Amino acid sequence: MSVSNSRAEPDIAQQLRRRPRRFETLIRWSLLAAAVLSIFTTVGIVYELGKESLRFFTRQLWEETNKQLAAAVDADDTLLPVTRGGATLHPQDVIRIDDEVMRVRAVKGTILEVTRGVQNTQPTAHPAGRAIYRGERVSLVEFFTGTQWAPQIGKFGMLPLLNATLMVAGIAMIVALPLGLGIAIYLSEYASDRARRWLKPTLEILAGVPTVVYGYFALTLVTPLLRAIFGKDVVEVYNLASAGIVVGILIIPLISSMSEDALSAVPQSLRYAAYALGATKLETALQVVVPAAFSGLAAAFIVAISRAIGETMIVALAAGAGPNFTFNPFEAAETITGHIVRISSGDLSYDSIDYNSIFALGLVLFFMTLTLNIISQRVVRKFRQVYD
Amino acid sequence: MKTDRAEDLFQPNLPRRHRIGRWGLILFQASTLVGIVVLTALILNILNRTFGYVALTYRVPPEALSINGIPVERLHSLDLAYLLRQHLPPQMIARLERDGPLEQRPRRELLDLLAIKVMQPKVLETWTLAQSLFCRQAIETRVARLYPEARLVFRSWLTPEFLIRPQSSRPEFAGVRTAVLGSLWVVGIAIVFAFPIGVGTAIYLEEYTRSKDHWLHRIIQTNINNLAGVPSIIYGILGLAIFVRALAPLTSGAIFGLVPEGATANGRTILSAGLTLGLLILPIIIINAQEAIRAVPNSLRWASYGLGATQWQTIWHHVLPSALPGILTGTILAMSRAVGETAPLIVVGASTFITVDPTSPFSKFTTLPIQIYQWTARPQDVFRHLAAAAIIVLLVMLLALNATAIILRNRYTLRRG
Repeated sequence: MSVSNSRAEPDIAQQLRRRPRRFETLIRWSLLAAAVLSIFTTVGIVYELGKESLRFFTRQLWEETNKQLAAAVDADDTLLPVTRGGATLHPQDVIRIDDEVMRVRAVKGTILEVTRGVQNTQPTAHPAGRAIYRGERVSLVEFFTGTQWAPQIGKFGMLPLLNATLMVAGIAMIVALPLGLGIAIYLSEYASDRARRWLKPTLEILAGVPTVVYGYFALTLVTPLLRAIFGKDVVEVYNLASAGIVVGILIIPLISSMSEDALSAVPQSLRYAAYALGATKLETALQVVVPAAFSGLAAAFIVAISRAIGETMIVALAAGAGPNFTFNPFEAAETITGHIVRISSGDLSYDSIDYNSIFALGLVLFFMTLTLNIISQRVVRKFRQVYD
Repeated sequence: MKTDRAEDLFQPNLPRRHRIGRWGLILFQASTLVGIVVLTALILNILNRTFGYVALTYRVPPEALSINGIPVERLHSLDLAYLLRQHLPPQMIARLERDGPLEQRPRRELLDLLAIKVMQPKVLETWTLAQSLFCRQAIETRVARLYPEARLVFRSWLTPEFLIRPQSSRPEFAGVRTAVLGSLWVVGIAIVFAFPIGVGTAIYLEEYTRSKDHWLHRIIQTNINNLAGVPSIIYGILGLAIFVRALAPLTSGAIFGLVPEGATANGRTILSAGLTLGLLILPIIIINAQEAIRAVPNSLRWASYGLGATQWQTIWHHVLPSALPGILTGTILAMSRAVGETAPLIVVGASTFITVDPTSPFSKFTTLPIQIYQWTARPQDVFRHLAAAAIIVLLVMLLALNATAIILRNRYTLRRG
């Protein structure tokens, strides 16, 4: 930006004035657009999961009642004679004959009084012997409290899937918590610089191994080991314990590296103060350093739980296919993520109940992990001790 | 009990406290050891199944094909073509020669044809490396008893042919070429999509927002941190709903008129998979790029402004070049995450069985981890050996990526220092 000397004074002021820089503005806005895309991703996740879940819960499922029309009806008849037997119908039930949907107003023995042609369908005549279907919806109560997940027969209780997910996560934490914390304390308090230079990359390798490889490991080594130890009659080929143990191994590096960061952040002066009071190294580590780093450690554990809940390939390979409501870790049971993978690995047709159900399950999974992640961020912010 | 000396007060407890301290150390060392043992077990378990004895039968044994005592692998292509003509029915030869006479084919292809069509090796039973090394006697007696016509061969499942052969339903001839090519395509698209957007976001957050407490900055930053914690399978569901279903005309190539002939992918294409993985690795790229940009000293920016450069000139000519090694390291880490990712791709609709190489972003796809998953999920032992060999290929790919990242990081620190 050179200012030529030949110009008169007012022109210099004119030249030095802030000019609009179109290119700069363009760049700025396109960078902002890129940044906002990440928000769109979140919005997209919530919107798509929400939309399809809503379809899942509002979807009309037609269940056979084993009743038929006892006589032919015209398009304007509101009294339908039906056969005996089959399911009992109640007032306010929605029923379907051929393509026409009706609402039951009253039930008098074998005569149904109905409103014809509801839900945008046209009343038409139906011959005798037509099957009657009853409309059902997946209720939120059933979804969260039902103990059977069997979409083929209209059972949509997610507890078996949730239970298996939590059991895998629980077993994983039992394995990973002590080991991860032990490694972190060793690395930050005991290990020499040389040992640390070797151990940290080793753990990083463990963290970088793809989860499908861990799944292979679970199925071909851990499961046979468990079966050899506890007996083949006790441990099934696919079981929660094997999946849980290997998920635990998977999250050890996560816990140990986050915990080690937290422990290393504790100022050296605290350790010296403890030593000066005559504390041994272990006492210093457990009674001074660990409490001082508590917020970081807690955050690490919570993130690890969230990771264990969302882990997919290990459970898909080792935990078994088929929902099973069990508390026995040696039985096969499908987790939420395992179920989503199994359902979607076939040719999934859009607008089927299976398609909608993976979104409802995905939404539950999303909120579980999101809540855990938010809690861990809160824990860090709220309980962080600032040493200056 | 009265004493004046302070150390006597400690005395009764001191040995016990030291003993506990030693046990503590042993415990911490043991847990570290467990980590190392697990890593070793993981690698040994894979190697254990990559090599080992197999019991093989041939329809036509290789010895029967040797001419004048020269083994079949060393024969000239003319001889190989002759052998094929001799052993195969004329209709099959006619079908094979539709693309040109047998004699003009490359030698390797003829050998493959001989193996697949004439020799037809069939694996009856397999053993792991440990079994092969330590129970050789038992294996030999078992083979002699159960399969008297079979021969016992030591086989490596990881061979050069394994890398260049397409997928096959017969484990003797299965390879990972289609899967490796699929992985390269998908990860390539993911990076092309995520790198500019990720780096752009990082630049905006670090260079353009005036204060870290501005509401927009806070929202975007929190959002990115939370996205990094979303399970990968959720991205798969998102990809299924948006890229596969809603954007089907785009991702199947229909609006470009580029649908490959006979395609049945319907949006379950390489492009959908790549974009899904792109969204997945976006937070990783952003967070790493932010750190790299933050590490650029402010003096550099001030010097540039002082010389009259605009903000973008400063970023483009000074901030980005010195942050680049850090950004690239983060990108490579994101790539290695994408290479190993399996679950979202299954949800997006990876194909189970593909024998044709992918040719465009609108082809159906399979990737290496998906191939491993499918082989592992099969109950037969043979496929577990194939899976082990494929895992080694995958781990070598990852190792190469990480080595690049480490070299970049080291060069960067050297130059700085």
